[in-house]
Amino acid sequence: MSASPAVSAQLSGRSQANANAPVRIAVKNLDFYYGSFHGLKNVNLNFHDRQVTALIGPSGCGKSTLLRTFNRIYSLYPEQRADGEILLDGQNILDPKVDLNELRARVGMVFQKPTPFPMSIYDNVAFGLRLYERLPKADLDLRVEESLRKAALWDEVKDKLKQSGMGLSGGQQQRLCIARTVAQRPEVILFDEPTSALDPISTGRIEELIEQLRDEFTIAIVTHNMQQAARISQFTAFMYLGELVEFGPTTRIFMNPEKRQTQDYITGRFG
Amino acid sequence: MNAANTLTPAVTQGRPPSGGRVRSGRRVADRTLRIACTLATLLGAVVLGSILLMLIIEGLRGFSATLLTQPTPGPGSEGGGIANAVLGSLVLTFIGIVVATPIGVMAGTYLAEYGRGSKLADVIRFLNDVLLSAPSILIGLFVYTLMVRPMGSYSGWAGGVALAIIATPVIVRTTEDMLRLVPGSLREAGAALGAPPSRVIMSVTWRAASAGIVTGVILALARIAGETAPLLFTALNNNSWFSANLMGGIANLPVMIYQFALSPYPNWQGLAWAGALLITVAILALSMVARLVVKSERAR
Repeated sequence: MSASPAVSAQLSGRSQANANAPVRIAVKNLDFYYGSFHGLKNVNLNFHDRQVTALIGPSGCGKSTLLRTFNRIYSLYPEQRADGEILLDGQNILDPKVDLNELRARVGMVFQKPTPFPMSIYDNVAFGLRLYERLPKADLDLRVEESLRKAALWDEVKDKLKQSGMGLSGGQQQRLCIARTVAQRPEVILFDEPTSALDPISTGRIEELIEQLRDEFTIAIVTHNMQQAARISQFTAFMYLGELVEFGPTTRIFMNPEKRQTQDYITGRFG
Repeated sequence: MNAANTLTPAVTQGRPPSGGRVRSGRRVADRTLRIACTLATLLGAVVLGSILLMLIIEGLRGFSATLLTQPTPGPGSEGGGIANAVLGSLVLTFIGIVVATPIGVMAGTYLAEYGRGSKLADVIRFLNDVLLSAPSILIGLFVYTLMVRPMGSYSGWAGGVALAIIATPVIVRTTEDMLRLVPGSLREAGAALGAPPSRVIMSVTWRAASAGIVTGVILALARIAGETAPLLFTALNNNSWFSANLMGGIANLPVMIYQFALSPYPNWQGLAWAGALLITVAILALSMVARLVVKSERAR
């Protein structure tokens, strides 16, 4: 038995995995520790260029932990550390010599709860641009507009760019955060359960948006929602108890999983 | 499926037994507590109300046309005002808050942002709490030893410094508390865009906590506006018209009230009441501004 009808219905009419796409991120022998707790155990995984890779698994399986190693956001917390290699375009980003701020400009991140900054919509989007680029006002305006358009938010906010970003609806705030990330023109965008705090309509818009963003960016998304993984991803990684159980094209993972645990999870027997 | 089956009995079990005695016992306890709380509130309100009433009646009686235009009168002379004390208080409070605000906000930021989990931060936080509840007369004596004795005279500067020492721990504490209320996800979002910690603090966390920090500063202002003990040892008083000389003693409302209220002259006592009313109204206004700041932030 493969995935439930509800999940497999999502698999039709979507773009297929391109396993020949170049590898953007290669994870090699990655271990992760929260203090003495061993959160990730010897994870090996490739993320392909301009493909959406979904990380699924029950709560606490390490999928968010894995995502948070790609921009080393975990290093805000001194008790967390990673061992192994994560190659971004061949360069090991776990190397202590890597400039974190430069890394984070290349690998953007969108969080579970929308996190607009307490400033205007315009300033929210321009925040990352002002960090390292000295753009003339006209160019900055263009980049802000371009980013808001890519995040499918421009038409809703073009007349109120000076208003606070906190005044937008939850779904709009999340698209604002996507615009803010896109504005920096990263290579990779990490989504950490980006729709779990949103209503179904906003969720649908974000999913459409991720599908469009795939033209330009390599995307990794953590999701609790298997139908979402089936709808929007080309590759799926199933994780359990800190280990990568199975990885492959989404269609195969859902229709024809090799491992018993994967099968049990996608058929809803646990998780 | 299982959940649906067990739901019904669970709900029935949760219902209280339908005995009347238990209910009436609860009702008595409920009513007793409510009456006790109401009485305590009334008692507090009556005491506070009578103080305010007396202050308003006596304070208004002490008002005169020259209250804010003339300096304090000499012993035995008629009329006069408290203009020098009002101006002196404004200057001293201004010095206090201008010195305390940057130190307090920076220290609070260290405690909340940089010093998380560090031993040094724990020590500083503890000392700050001690300073927060230190008797203000001690701070007056400290500044007396530190500045007044070496400089050879009471001075406006010493008064300002004493007030700054009282205001600083208030600002440190509120700044730290307010910054801790800023969700960690906002800091992560800033860091995830490649912003260094200093940038995240200045453009994101401070901004997110701005209303709370401003409120803390206003409350510190209200606190030092009425401080008497530290000024007795530092700024003391000056009966002449404000001379803009901060190297000498300087008139201020709290010490003026203290000295004039104890004097045998009726016009001095009247001026003390008027000054007391003025300070109370000013502090009330500051507290209201603080509330408005919080409210406008919530409305945003």
